[in-house]
Amino acid sequence: MKTDELIGLLGASFASEPAKSPGMLRRIALGAAIGAAGALCLALLALGVRPDLGEGKSLTFLLAKLAFALAVGGLALRYLGRIARPGGERRVHLGIAALPFAAVMVLAALSLANAPAAHWGTMLTGHMWLECLISIPVIAVVPFATLMWVVRKFGAPTDLVRAGALVGLASGGVSAMGYAIHCMDDTVPFIALWYGGTIALCTLAGALLGPRLLRW
Amino acid sequence: MSRRGFAGGGGAAAARPAAFIPGGHARVGRGAGRKDMSSDRVGGGFRGSAERGVLIGQENELRALLSSGLAGSATDYRLFLERLGPHLRAYFKGKLARSGRAAPEAEDLVQETLMAVHTRRHTYDVGQPVTPWLYAIARYKLIDHLRRTRASLADVPVEDAGELVAHDDHAAVESTLDVERLLGQLPGKMRQAIRAMKVEGLSVAEAAARSGMSESAIKVSVHRGLKALAAMAGGKGE
Repeated sequence: MKTDELIGLLGASFASEPAKSPGMLRRIALGAAIGAAGALCLALLALGVRPDLGEGKSLTFLLAKLAFALAVGGLALRYLGRIARPGGERRVHLGIAALPFAAVMVLAALSLANAPAAHWGTMLTGHMWLECLISIPVIAVVPFATLMWVVRKFGAPTDLVRAGALVGLASGGVSAMGYAIHCMDDTVPFIALWYGGTIALCTLAGALLGPRLLRW
Repeated sequence: MSRRGFAGGGGAAAARPAAFIPGGHARVGRGAGRKDMSSDRVGGGFRGSAERGVLIGQENELRALLSSGLAGSATDYRLFLERLGPHLRAYFKGKLARSGRAAPEAEDLVQETLMAVHTRRHTYDVGQPVTPWLYAIARYKLIDHLRRTRASLADVPVEDAGELVAHDDHAAVESTLDVERLLGQLPGKMRQAIRAMKVEGLSVAEAAARSGMSESAIKVSVHRGLKALAAMAGGKGE
């Protein structure tokens, strides 16, 4: 086919379809909201709300975990909205997306420095580190699937590794919010190590799967 | 390479107003074509103000056409695609020549990219410059194409690859449409002979067998026809 004929065809198909102007960020936010709802349902059904809510500092720590997860997920979604467009990788700063991790690690180091060395082991591993290690990546599958679908359907990323990594990062953050409702380990070093670690794992999975899932 | 933009510079780009050649290309000399696209300002950092003017003019024109097209004007949208074609062709040819690929591949890529631009047009953010968006799509399609065809490239002997680069088939592909039009003005026999031998690539014997003419008649028709075509293409026949 001659290129001029193709242009004619494309022009004709344009005239028959009305122009649509969806906000990329809005679509991604919608995908994330659906994924978050799914993750919340999964966390509530499989794990349930922590029984000690309202005792001691449990509410404070629940809010701290939610804030960390929200910061991670929010930044990742913001940059995902950019990287989903061709050439958007120029406007993505992964260093900024990693800021919540840096912040929580600084807080963890401070909290460890203020505690006797004998407590460090329990502060880091908590009671349920294995449950956290398994739950966050498993719950993350739901937002991961919805976000990948949205980017695949409505986006056109040209840096598939980073786009996949941001999908993983965002779904890890959303998943951590779901798990935080159940999690009873209330130390900052635990959040830094196990929340941070599992979210990084989700990011890595996204970076590896991105080139396969997001090709267009 | 990822941070280089469409930087036209040097004589090659000046001869062809469609300057879609990224900086660092062999034909872009003088360093004037290098441009860091990490800033959103298109044109900043160029030394020659004339080149900058051309590039900004292109950006503004494409952007205006696409914006108006996306707002619903089918004529402007079509004009946008038509303007985009030569830019893409120049870009892909330059790139493919470097890796020793033939020009028809460039035309395939032009079409693939035009289709990608069309089907993914909603990913253009109206507030942003259009050139980096287009460049990202073209680059993505080029890398995708090179990756897909890497296996088949390995089968091509090195000597042949040298031949591909040596050929300057720039004019040949770009003017396919014009040749068809010019051929239409030739007498029937000449047209038939030239189409069989020069367009379809048949041998003299095959062309003679098909048309029912003698081999020498074919040769003469091709010779005369080509001469007439050259005269017409040179503007004397118009």
